[in-house]
Amino acid sequence: MLRIEARPEPSRRMLLATPFLAVLLTVVSGALLFALLGRDPLVSLHAFFVTPVSSLYGLGELGLKATPLILIGIGLAAGFRANVWNIGAEGQLVLGAVCGGGVALWFWEVDAPWVFPLMVVAAVAGGMAWAAIPAFLKTRLEVNEILVSLMLTYVAVLLLSALVYGPWKDPEGFNFPQSRMFGEAALMPPVVEGTRLHAGILVALAVALAAWLWQARTLSGFTLKVVGLAPAAARFAGFERRRTVWLTLLLGGGLAGLAGLFEVAGPIGQLVPQVSPGYGFTAIIVAFLGRLHPVGVVLAALLVALSYIGGETAQIEAGLPQAVTGVFQGMLLFFLLATDFLIRYRLRPVARRRGAEGR
Amino acid sequence: MTLKTTRRTLLAGAAATGALALPGSRLLATEQVKAGWVYVGPIGDHGWTYTHDQGRLDVEKALGDKVVTTYVENVAEGPDAERVIRQLAASGNDIIFATSFGFMNPVIRVAKQFPKVKFEHATGYKTAPNVAVYNARFHEGRTVIGTIAGRLSKSGIVGYIASFPIPEVVMGINAFTLAMRKRRPDAQIKVVWVNSWYDPGKEADAAKALIDQGADIITQHTDSPAPLQVAEERGVSGFGQASDMRKFAPNAQLTAIVDHWGPYYVERVKAVLEGTWKSHIIWHGLKEGMVQIAPYGPRVPEEVRAEADAVKQGIIDGTLHPFAGPIRDQAGELRVPEGQSLSDEELLKMDWYVEGVQA
Repeated sequence: MLRIEARPEPSRRMLLATPFLAVLLTVVSGALLFALLGRDPLVSLHAFFVTPVSSLYGLGELGLKATPLILIGIGLAAGFRANVWNIGAEGQLVLGAVCGGGVALWFWEVDAPWVFPLMVVAAVAGGMAWAAIPAFLKTRLEVNEILVSLMLTYVAVLLLSALVYGPWKDPEGFNFPQSRMFGEAALMPPVVEGTRLHAGILVALAVALAAWLWQARTLSGFTLKVVGLAPAAARFAGFERRRTVWLTLLLGGGLAGLAGLFEVAGPIGQLVPQVSPGYGFTAIIVAFLGRLHPVGVVLAALLVALSYIGGETAQIEAGLPQAVTGVFQGMLLFFLLATDFLIRYRLRPVARRRGAEGR
Repeated sequence: MTLKTTRRTLLAGAAATGALALPGSRLLATEQVKAGWVYVGPIGDHGWTYTHDQGRLDVEKALGDKVVTTYVENVAEGPDAERVIRQLAASGNDIIFATSFGFMNPVIRVAKQFPKVKFEHATGYKTAPNVAVYNARFHEGRTVIGTIAGRLSKSGIVGYIASFPIPEVVMGINAFTLAMRKRRPDAQIKVVWVNSWYDPGKEADAAKALIDQGADIITQHTDSPAPLQVAEERGVSGFGQASDMRKFAPNAQLTAIVDHWGPYYVERVKAVLEGTWKSHIIWHGLKEGMVQIAPYGPRVPEEVRAEADAVKQGIIDGTLHPFAGPIRDQAGELRVPEGQSLSDEELLKMDWYVEGVQA
């Protein structure tokens, strides 16, 4: 018999090491899995983890895929630190795409330098407005923000559908549900020749840096942690919880909105019914994988982005099934949670007393 | 992409297909073709993607070691598709089949970067010198199954599970309704949109809801066999979609509209081999065999079989047009007068429903 017992103090060093340990365990189990499938584990792992980033284009794709995950992950992590559970970043992303894309369509034939900045403002405002709904309901009526933000995601997706199936449909598009292609002034050109990587990655990294400084060096950043870890102490210190709820939800919503704009003004170039393959939800995993720390979020976003792209390469180069992607992501989370558990708790063998079953 | 990667890909591909001919230096490009497929769903959907993959296997069977095929499944429509298509082009594929509407703009963009690679896009409308478009007249099959439903429905209510209101789907609903109401003028077609091409859970829920509303026949424009399985459980009837789904509903399936892509794929890959490939737009139906009707189920009596066969033959001969007037829309307004019928151009951008549709 084993008994689960809380450790008095989780080791700080292990807390930092476990994400890497989880990656290592995933790779080792992946190799085993490939071997069991009758594939050469080295070739398969190479196709999954190395080939995707062994060309300039591949690196660009990695950055492109990581950009929305970093932006959203940073915002969510700040909220999660303060025990504010914004699960609806996907909806806030969609609203950002709708508002920013709406500006692009409104000024479709205008080729002026102010179009894009206006789109940015609209997208951030749209994401914030969507996140303000759960913030308002939470602070005024104590309504659970998890449910409200999650349900609003579906509303946002349907709103986008209604627009691209209706008034925003491309008049020359044979009634297919997509908007016109945006004009030149509304698009984000690649920053590296020969890739699709746009300036969004620079913004994402700058946001991560700013968030790091904010959380490590300022009082309001510190407040987040106190409110999250010790609500009573926070109240005692005069930190207002209500303000924290508003701040983190607006931050998360604004950043998700920005991520949505970067998708439609970057690689997509128009509004379509589905502007995100679930970045808003994946970013939740990214935030936790990154230990809710801005630098960790950047690394985690890159890793998760690689796992998606690697899954595609593994299909093309090594003929592995698509399910491998899901298996890898699942293993990664499993090992992270398992190692996490083991640094907080330990298993103690307990001698079973005789006759215990007899009673 | 480097030469090394290309060769490894070839080896991996050759090993996967069991073709042992190693590409030597004397081999000319036209002696072996590499063909890639991009799928929107999993090949195990038993519907849309499954039939495209059957087509890919037909190409392997027909051309043997003259072809090496690759596929990538579950590719989200949007920015991810562009990366996958580009990767297939960069890794040496000579012809790439992109099998979903949402891959259209990505295909056009990648095609510009790879002028020597041939691209084939299913169900779209944009072509280029190296991009061909192919599509099937699925609605012809719906005219046949609508005929059967008109004879076999007792309640006169049919439940229609639909994906997205794009012209192809709208056209299908209308063709079905017209054919059914010709036999059963009071028939009502209740449509439920699930906003997905493949979501067995949602499709099954929609089927249950429709049966609860009195539908005794279920039909679908989504890709999984889930609605048919529900029909089998609840003792009502239904039609298979994209492939013969008899094994999921041996009693309930009245027949199925089967997509048959193999001959087209073989022809196009052969054209690349022979250097005769040209861009085109084709829209094939029952006549060419791209759309087929599966064997009838046990619940279809002899006289109904004969009537359905006659309708099918009429479409093949050209004596029966699925959209021949008089056709009234939902508001009761006469859209197509007696003696006229809708042209292909009008059908391809259809955005209105005929009388009897509750969508």
